Amino acid sequence: MSIYQTHITDVLIVGAGLAGERIAVESASQGHDVTLLSLVPPRRSHSTAAQGGMQASLGNCAMGEGDNSDVHFADTVKGSDWGCDQEVARMFVETAPLAVREMAIWGVPWNRVVAGQRKLPDGRVIEEKKEKEGLITARDFGGTAKWRTCYTADGTGHTLQYTMDSMVVKMGITVHDRTEAISLIHDGERCVGVVARCLRTGDLRVYIAKTTVICTGGYGRLYSASTNAVINEGNGMFVALNTGIVPLGNMEAVQFHPTGMVPVWILITEGARGDGGYLLDKNLYRFMPDYEPKKKELASRDVVSRRMTQHMRAGHGVDSPYGPHLWLDIRHLGAQHINTNLREIANIARNFAGVDPVKDLIPVRPTQHYSMGGVRTNKDGAAYGLKNLFAAGEAACWDLHGFNRLGGNSLAETITAGQIIGKKVAEFTKDATLSYSYKLVDDAVKEQENRIKALVHGWNGKESVYEVRNEMEKNLMDYVGIFRNGKDLQTAVNNLQEVYHRSLKIGLKSNGEGPNPELAQALRMTGMVRLALCIAYGALMRTESRGSHAREDYPKRDDTNWLKRTLAYWPEGADLPELKYEPVKITELPPGDRGYGESSAQSKGGK
Amino acid sequence: MADRELTFEIFRYNPAKPEIKPQMQTYKLKETTGMTIFVALNMIREEQDPSLMFDFVCRAAICGSCAMIINGRPKLACKTLTRSLPKKIKLFPLPVFKLIGDLSVDTGTWFRNLSLKTESWVHTSKTFDPTKQEERMDNKTALEIYEAERCIECGCCIAGCATANIRDEFLGAAGINRVARFMVDPRDERTPEQYFEVVGCEEGAFGCMGLMACDDNCPMELPLQMQLAFVRRKMASIGLGVKQESKVKMGVG
Repeated sequence: MSIYQTHITDVLIVGAGLAGERIAVESASQGHDVTLLSLVPPRRSHSTAAQGGMQASLGNCAMGEGDNSDVHFADTVKGSDWGCDQEVARMFVETAPLAVREMAIWGVPWNRVVAGQRKLPDGRVIEEKKEKEGLITARDFGGTAKWRTCYTADGTGHTLQYTMDSMVVKMGITVHDRTEAISLIHDGERCVGVVARCLRTGDLRVYIAKTTVICTGGYGRLYSASTNAVINEGNGMFVALNTGIVPLGNMEAVQFHPTGMVPVWILITEGARGDGGYLLDKNLYRFMPDYEPKKKELASRDVVSRRMTQHMRAGHGVDSPYGPHLWLDIRHLGAQHINTNLREIANIARNFAGVDPVKDLIPVRPTQHYSMGGVRTNKDGAAYGLKNLFAAGEAACWDLHGFNRLGGNSLAETITAGQIIGKKVAEFTKDATLSYSYKLVDDAVKEQENRIKALVHGWNGKESVYEVRNEMEKNLMDYVGIFRNGKDLQTAVNNLQEVYHRSLKIGLKSNGEGPNPELAQALRMTGMVRLALCIAYGALMRTESRGSHAREDYPKRDDTNWLKRTLAYWPEGADLPELKYEPVKITELPPGDRGYGESSAQSKGGK
Repeated sequence: MADRELTFEIFRYNPAKPEIKPQMQTYKLKETTGMTIFVALNMIREEQDPSLMFDFVCRAAICGSCAMIINGRPKLACKTLTRSLPKKIKLFPLPVFKLIGDLSVDTGTWFRNLSLKTESWVHTSKTFDPTKQEERMDNKTALEIYEAERCIECGCCIAGCATANIRDEFLGAAGINRVARFMVDPRDERTPEQYFEVVGCEEGAFGCMGLMACDDNCPMELPLQMQLAFVRRKMASIGLGVKQESKVKMGVG
């Protein structure tokens, strides 16, 4: 028999970013006992880093006039390149304005409409109406027909997360921070909780719950150049995948953000372009209007990223020791605007690249940013494959974003999904009973104990966890990037299979005692490589281009054959995921032209 | 500066193994262009000592995880460039907070306790009505709230504070600033007297000795000195029984 602490709760939420905390608040307010697990204190979650804003069609500001949920819906579906679940998108756009207003009551200091005339950087003059003064305002973001992105300066994620966490504190919700879920406990039909490792002591713990919810965010750190926080390793996704019966949806859909700062890959928010920033090449020429005359720098992220890569491939990139890059120019916005509205950007540029954006250009290049794929759920947030398991936020494939997410729809998803799925979780939990066998739990812990012993003693081999990791990162970066083709993807799959076998032979160099960080990394490594294979193999098999998935050998979107979602399973003993497909349901908006991007007639023909 | 060999002296201690005394361990590293302490510590862990404990999350000075004592000063390790330091770099964990191991400290528990003590959520009698438009607020007020809300709970102000180092219960600049954030928020219905209950004491606004290390060390450059003066003046006038004018409220809706 093993000795471990056991915690029993109604709702167990793994991950305490915005989605996790919103579900916690919803469940707790309906009387459930809730426990949140988090790798870090909740306020350190990656949600905090989101600068730009949250989309909601309030239509308060001058450039947002006439906006409504139908326009938001159309933008989202087009943005997704018709890959999203339209039922989900509909629920989302209807709920987002309420979510923004609710956050206002709870304490978010949203920027407000200031009446009067204002000159935009492109020379247009707009007038904010007196009768709208004091209402929540919005800024411009890529891929949207109206200004719809609500914000607090450039600390939107920070203020949302701090406000949400203040509700968690106020309600006395249990938070176990520095705790990592390392496996799901299930009997093949129902999930009954998780085995977790305490990152303060290294001890294993058991959490038993009526309902378990995965809200662990994205997997950006599988790539070597990512804007993501270092904790974004896809933990929730691979513990679900490791069950063998829960599939991940659309893992090949990986978004690159146009403006990661070279060479630290810190994100420069889209707000910089929304506020009027330009992209320049090595000749200080503004090239985006040539490719995208209508939306210019503000086409959707997948399109801008590809145009930038295309332009650099044509030899117009700035040479640097870190490879070619382009420039982001915000100098014309003026010191006052930069130092207040874009202050965080200014600080990041000064501190991490040593450039002052008031007078200097910022070096940027498309960088891995967001994962549209994740634990596949139905529209209620319930995971496929296992009962009593839910998922929300970036960790989930709900599937709001299809093959490309619009800026500002990520924060909006976390809170809106938290609200919608939170209600479903609370409802489900009311009728759920807590039943589990002692043996099931004990076996689950023993399995993890054995894994740890094998790693510490090097029973399976002496592979270095860091070397395995670097190989994985490099293969994804080099062969599964912005532009993809069959040959490179096949190389990635072959190499990653080899990396996978190495990951099964990892042995620690240190003793693994206590909260040892090498052990923590080693415990994740096999799961991470499995995710990498789901991405690469899914991309290889999808012989079309859609949203962020751009195949050079199949440059067109193929609705006849590929209007479907990839489901990746990991059968026991396999070294490659098993792929299945399900149709994407079209309820309102039939596939058509996005109005921007390579396939659009409007953007052809240059100037 | 190019081609420098850096010497890192790093504090090592595992509280679970008190029989092994705290000690300094030395690592050598060749400096690279644009190297930050984040880059350096990861290289040391991956190439020299996989057991070394330290914390980073966003590595972009947004999340506050990586504060540590760098050559005697509390700083965010992610945004400290090695080129700004001499070639001998000494790293210690932040004081005041409970040590987890090596450079890693438990700020989460400390700050959650601070939130509970200061009841740092909007106290309001209003509930959300989904059928109503949002209540209006002056944009200046919104920006003023955001100014005080920019604290990332890194703990640099607490670690550098003499009072916090000798008095366990002291709220420190982070706590005073937190209270100021709710004081300027017209949505918070707490009265000045209720705030006095929270910070009108030695553990709050009156415990500060005025050494101002908080202000010097804040990586977000928050005006902590001003916030302290603001809160203290309010508390002093309440303590002396001076009548407060109620908060200015904007609002049409």
